[in-house]
Order: sequence, then C-alpha cells, then structure tokens
Amino acid sequence: MAELSNQLMVVTVLAYLAAMVCHAAEYSFGARSHIGRAAARPARQLVGSGAPVPDDPPVVDEPAVPTRDRGALLGKIAVWVTGFGLLAHLGTLVTRGIAADRMPWGNMYEFILSVTFVGSAVWLGVVIRRPAIRHLGLFVTLVLVMLLGAAGLIAYTPVGPLVPALNSYWFVIHVSTVILASGIFLVGFVPAAMFLIKAGYDKGKRSFPYTLGKRVPPAEALERLTFRLHAFAFPLFTFGALIAGPLWAEASWGRYWGWDPKEVWAFISWVVYACYLHARATPSVKRTTATWIAIIGFATMLMNLFGVNLFISGLHSYANAGGM
Amino acid sequence: MTTVEERSAPPAAPPPRRPNPVWALLRNSWRQLTSMRTALVLLFLLAVAAIPGSVLPQRPVNPENVTRYFVAHPKLAPVLDRLGGFDVYASVWFASIYLLLFASLVGCVLPRLLDHYRALRLAPPDAPRRLERLPQHAAAEERAGDPAALAATVAKTLRRRRFRTVLREREGGVWTISAEKGALKESGNLLFHFALLTVLVGVGFGSWYGWHGNRLLVQGADTGFCNSVTQYDESKLGARVDAADLPDFCLQLTKFTATYQSTGQPKTFEATVSVTQDDGPATTEQFTVNHPLRLHHAGVHLLGQGYAPVLRYTDRYGQSQTNVFPFLPRDGMLTSEGVATFPDANVDPKTGKRDENLQVGFEGVYLPTVGSDGSPTSTYPAERSPGLFLNAYRGDLGVDSGIPGSIYALDQSQIANGELKKVGGARPQELKPGQSWTLDDGTKLEFLGTRPFITVSIRYDPTSELVLAGAVLGLLGLMLSLAGHRRRVWFRISPRPAAALAAGDAGHGGSVMEAGGLPRTDYPGFSGEFEQLVKAVRDEGTS
Repeated sequence: MAELSNQLMVVTVLAYLAAMVCHAAEYSFGARSHIGRAAARPARQLVGSGAPVPDDPPVVDEPAVPTRDRGALLGKIAVWVTGFGLLAHLGTLVTRGIAADRMPWGNMYEFILSVTFVGSAVWLGVVIRRPAIRHLGLFVTLVLVMLLGAAGLIAYTPVGPLVPALNSYWFVIHVSTVILASGIFLVGFVPAAMFLIKAGYDKGKRSFPYTLGKRVPPAEALERLTFRLHAFAFPLFTFGALIAGPLWAEASWGRYWGWDPKEVWAFISWVVYACYLHARATPSVKRTTATWIAIIGFATMLMNLFGVNLFISGLHSYANAGGM
Repeated sequence: MTTVEERSAPPAAPPPRRPNPVWALLRNSWRQLTSMRTALVLLFLLAVAAIPGSVLPQRPVNPENVTRYFVAHPKLAPVLDRLGGFDVYASVWFASIYLLLFASLVGCVLPRLLDHYRALRLAPPDAPRRLERLPQHAAAEERAGDPAALAATVAKTLRRRRFRTVLREREGGVWTISAEKGALKESGNLLFHFALLTVLVGVGFGSWYGWHGNRLLVQGADTGFCNSVTQYDESKLGARVDAADLPDFCLQLTKFTATYQSTGQPKTFEATVSVTQDDGPATTEQFTVNHPLRLHHAGVHLLGQGYAPVLRYTDRYGQSQTNVFPFLPRDGMLTSEGVATFPDANVDPKTGKRDENLQVGFEGVYLPTVGSDGSPTSTYPAERSPGLFLNAYRGDLGVDSGIPGSIYALDQSQIANGELKKVGGARPQELKPGQSWTLDDGTKLEFLGTRPFITVSIRYDPTSELVLAGAVLGLLGLMLSLAGHRRRVWFRISPRPAAALAAGDAGHGGSVMEAGGLPRTDYPGFSGEFEQLVKAVRDEGTS
C-alpha cells in the first residue's frame, strides 16, 4: 500500500504538471488569438447560427477559429487533467492512510499532501462554478507542483504509526481543520497575487510579472474571489489553530497556549490575516494594499510550514524531515 | 418588533468655543489611537513583535536553551536579555503593543456598540424620494387593490423574511415601506471584538491566579510526592497565589508501562498512580499522554519518562547506602545521563565525622539496550540488554559550598581544581544489573536494577473555561460578521394617478408600486435577492 501511495504521488505530480503545461499552452495560444479574437467574433456567430451549406462561400477567417478553439480546448483539457490529478491525489492520501492505519496527516510530508489536496479540490470547485477564471489554473497548478515537489524532496517520510503524543481525537479535529484552512488560503493566494499583477497591468505596467496580467479575469473579480476565499478560510483557521489547537494542548501539555514556535507563527498568520480583513473593510485603505497583506499572510503560513518545521525545534516537531 | 422611534433631526450645532490645547491634544491623540489605520499598524506591529520569540530561546518555554545561548553568544546574550529577548511575551514592548491595540479596540468598539444599539431601536429610514437612483430598482407597475391593503401585504412578506419593517403613511394616500436586514453582521462584529477582550482578561487573570510546577516522579512508595512548592523541581505561582493556596494531594507512581514499535518509536505510555486528596482514602488512577489526571483544582500531565538506576555503595567502614538516581534521557532511544553521588559515604562510625575528601560520586550513562557495536548510545528504548557505564570520582563533591548545582551532573569546577579526582580507571566501568564494582580503596558499588520514572507537569488555570468561552463566542461573532450582509429595501405604493382613474375603472382604486434596494456592505448577490424579493411581493399580491 505504501508503495502504491508513492507511485500515485508521482502520478499526481505528473498530472498537475501536465495540467500546467495545458494551461500554459492555452495562455500562449490565447496571446496569439488576442488579435484573431476580434475577427473571430462575427465568424463565430456565422458558424454558430447558420447551418453550414456546402456551396456557401467561406466568409470566415479560417485560421482564427481553430486557434481560438484550440486554446479554449486546451484550457478545458487542463481542468480535466487537474481533475484526474485530484483523483490520483485522493488515491495517494487514501492508500497512505490505509498503509499507516490512521488519518494521513501525521507528519510534514502527509500534511503538505493533504493541504495541496484541499487546495486542488477547492480550486476545481471554484473553476467549475466560474469557468471565466480558468486562466488562474496555470498558477494554481504551479503552486501545487511546487509544494508537492517540496513535500517529496525535503519532507518525505516512510509510512509509520503515530507517536503517542499525536494519538488523540484532537489529531483528527485540529489537524484536519488546519489543513482545510491552509488549503483554502493556498487557493486564495493565487487570485490575490493575480489581482496585484492585473492591477499593475491595468495601470500600464508592462514589465515581467505584469505581462501575465494580460489574459487573467478582471481585477475586481479577482479581488472579490480573494476576499471570499480568505473570509471562508479565516474562521476555519481560527477554529483549527486557535481553538482546537489550544484545547488539545491543554489536554496534552497542560497549558492551552505556550508560545511554542508553531503557535507563535500560527498567531502571526492569524494576526496578519485579521489585518487583511480589517484593511479590506476600511474604505480608506487601497485594495492593492489590503491584498498585499493577504500575500504576507500566505508567506507567514509558508514560514510556519517550512521554516518552523525544518529550522526551529519545538513541541510541534512532527516534521521528521531529513532525519530518523 | 420592539418600540421604534422616529429618527430625530440632528441637534443644532453648539456655539463654537475656544479649544483648550491640552484637551484638544488628548482628544486628537485618542482619535488617532482609535482610528482604523492605527489599529492596522498596531496589528502589524504585534505580528512582527511576536517573531523574535520563535527565533530566540524563551525562558518560560525552555530555560536550558537560554543558558546555552548565553554560553554560545556571551556578548550578544546580555544585550538581548536586557531588551527582554528571552521572555518576549512578557516584555514591556510586547505588552505595550497589545495593550495599545486593545485600548484602540475599546475606543473603536464602544462607540460602535452604542451606535448599533441606537440603530437597532431606530426605525429604518423613510424611502428616498427617487428610488430609481438606488443600486437596485424595480420600475413602477400598476397593481390592483388600494395602497393601504397592498402595503400591509408587502410588509407581511418582508417581515416573514425577517426584515425589520416599518410602514409609513405619507401625504396623498402614499404608503412607504422601509425594511432593513443584516444587523447581525454588526452584532457579530461587536461580539467578536468583545470576545477578544474576554480572552485577554481571562489570560490575565489566569496568569495571576494560576500556578504550575514540574516534577520528576520515580516509581515506588519511598519516592512519592505531595503538592507543595518545595517538592517541585521547578514551579511558578501566579502573582496572587500563595504557597499555602496549593490544593492538598499526594501522588505515588505505582506502575509505568511503555510499549514501542520495532523501530523504537513509542507506541503507548501508561502511568498508574496512587492518589490521596484532602486526607481522603488513597485511590488508584491511570493517566497517559493526552489524557491527564484531573484532580480538584489541578491537572497532572505526563510529559516524559526515563530510567532511574538503583545503586548501593558500601564504604570503607562497611556501611552501605542504597539510593535511586534518575538519569535523564538524551535521545529517543533513552540513552540517559546522570550522576550518583554519596556525599555521606565514609563517615567514621567511631567519631561520626565525615571526611569531605572521601565523598564519592559516579557519573555516566545508562543504556536500556546496549548495541553490539559498542557505541555509547542505546539502540532500543526498552530494557533489552541494559548497561550502566560509570566513571568514579572521589574527593570533595562541592555540595556543601551552598551554590546550587545540577543534580544530574557533577560539579565540574571541583574536578577542574583537583578537589574531586577520577578513580578506578580512565574508561567507564560497565555494570549489568546485579553486577558490582570494587574500587581501588576496597569500596564497592552494586547496580541493583532500575525503576522507571516519569516527569509530570502539574497545572491549574482558573480561567481556562472563560478563555475558551471567549474564543468560541469570538468565532461565532466572526462568522456572523463575515457571512452577514446589511441591506435596505424600500417600497413606495401610491394610489393610481387620477388620469388613469378617470380613464377607466373609477372606484376600484388600484395602486402603483415601485421598489429600490441598497446594499450597505459589499454584497455581490444582492441583485439576485432583490429581484427575488420583488417577485415574491408581486406573487403575494396576486394570490
């Protein structure tokens, strides 16, 4: 089972990578069809409404139509491939859980696997409901591949049982809610970053990261999506990290809060995301400023995941990375 | 609906006064402090100020690491210490940030509470004159029925949908309906912030009235523990707790079992203790990691475990003494370090005087499973083939100097100045349980076996429930505040214009209905809700 899980993990990464390539291809085809689209628009109406009569003279600008379609098709394929990746991802987690005979989030490797799974699932949920934001898929899959690669390269741990300290029902409650919240923050990070790029692009910036803003959805939609994802994840994170966590800590270590490095960084993330929500609710604060705060919030989450696990020792040292 | 009052006209502006400069400064500072911008900056500062506490070792978390840091950075450490770097969360600057933040919060939230209270008692304002200027608008349409009856049905529909609704009759038989919804958003917002205050107050009182202590407890009737400050290895009482206030109980470890995977990773721990509370009868209780022993006003939490070798030393006068010496684990395989000291050895039975240069101490490691390769570390945490490796020292242990030293290491300065000399060979002597070691002066050390020990943290925090309640209420408020939407809708129902009446069915009355909606917070779904609402009102009227 453990072997199967590792193989499925490779399949998952490859699927996300393939989805990323499809998204990238759509992106570049889209750039070419940017000119063609104007020409294609009346053509599409013709093709769409009138039945193709054999002797009808071709008024259609031929090359524009396939290019556009191919771009959109690639994007749809990318979403399907992401869906396939998600299934393999689920398989990785389930087989890992069966192999270890417990919930599959007992160490850093499994934690990243679970967070990216939530991220991927939330992303698919969002993109199915709003196909217009499909272009963000390139960046979502990029983040997924990077995190999963990091999980496999620096945090891989062989299947093992839980240490007694983790053997509690709080393990299910605390860790799962933190995983859910982290996964949604992860998905929220992508529109946040794209909003900043798009806002810069709309202001006329044409240097490297801003050129990516050419094909993404309107800034306002990205900003609203960013807020809604964060507003959903924040109470989950509050519950997981600042209520369930302390409840478990009280049972396990005798105190509900002890400024352990992981607790410190969870507190920092919480404060920064609270700052984002306040900044966004304040009309005098610019939306770009508020969104930057959300980006910083995600950076503190990454710091908590990688920095604290790998470089700072504390009571939450479940990472087992690079050792054992 | 409770009593509602009409919105009164704003009172006339008071006559201008000459501002008192001190008052003006205070007022402006307060305004500045309670502004959202300041709150944001303070929040950010709080996050940044918390960082050093995760990078530098913290005294309340791990005092040994702080000592180690002082050794490693002799120049930097005292400076950091003066800045509170080793106790960040109790430092003046950290406290000043969060106290300012909470002052700002109170200053922001209290007026909002009053405003919210007033807003809840006020009727929703009357319909604006031009509904078509609102973000949502349903164009005027003709309806059957007279305005008063129609208005009543509309109000009924709105109230059923939990809108706060007010009907007003205006000149010329015109009726307006003002309806408002989403006050829970602000209620939740206020609840969240007041819950945060509760948490702060709870944490503060908890640190005043709570206490905790750590204790190493060796199995056996002779190594019991009774709850008093002197019995703890390390303890901290809150500012308002007196040593006499500690609850009365005694613990005695009767059994400890640990099971391990074949890799040496621990699987289960279980401690069995005999408990006596308030002079009552002794009861047997079990506890483990994650399942603490809950006593009256105290919780006993299992933190760690290890082995305590039992050693008997027979001195040159033939007097023997037996003692238990806990050795502290150094790694996951329970390679343990410790010392066994016999300061009262070699007391001349004739004179009853002890010779301070004939005190004896042993220092070394205990391996529950000695590896076959002869490495100085244990290969498995359970006692499969235990071995005790000791160096013997004779001389002045330095325990009478009055300087408190570690009970898990010999006084290195005594070894350095030659007061304490190594005897019995340079290499440590290996002892299996039951084996004995005769030193050069004919004295003998016997390794009788080991007893397990546990380390426990005993704690009491009187406000943990209050803090939990605060946190849960805060979460509830947070969800209400993030999920809620404040919005207003208005309907205006006028009698059908006279021209239309004259033209046709005079006497039947008839009305014209118009509606408008205003989202008061960012609410993308409002247009959908508004349309649905107008449709529901329309259906209600016709059915």
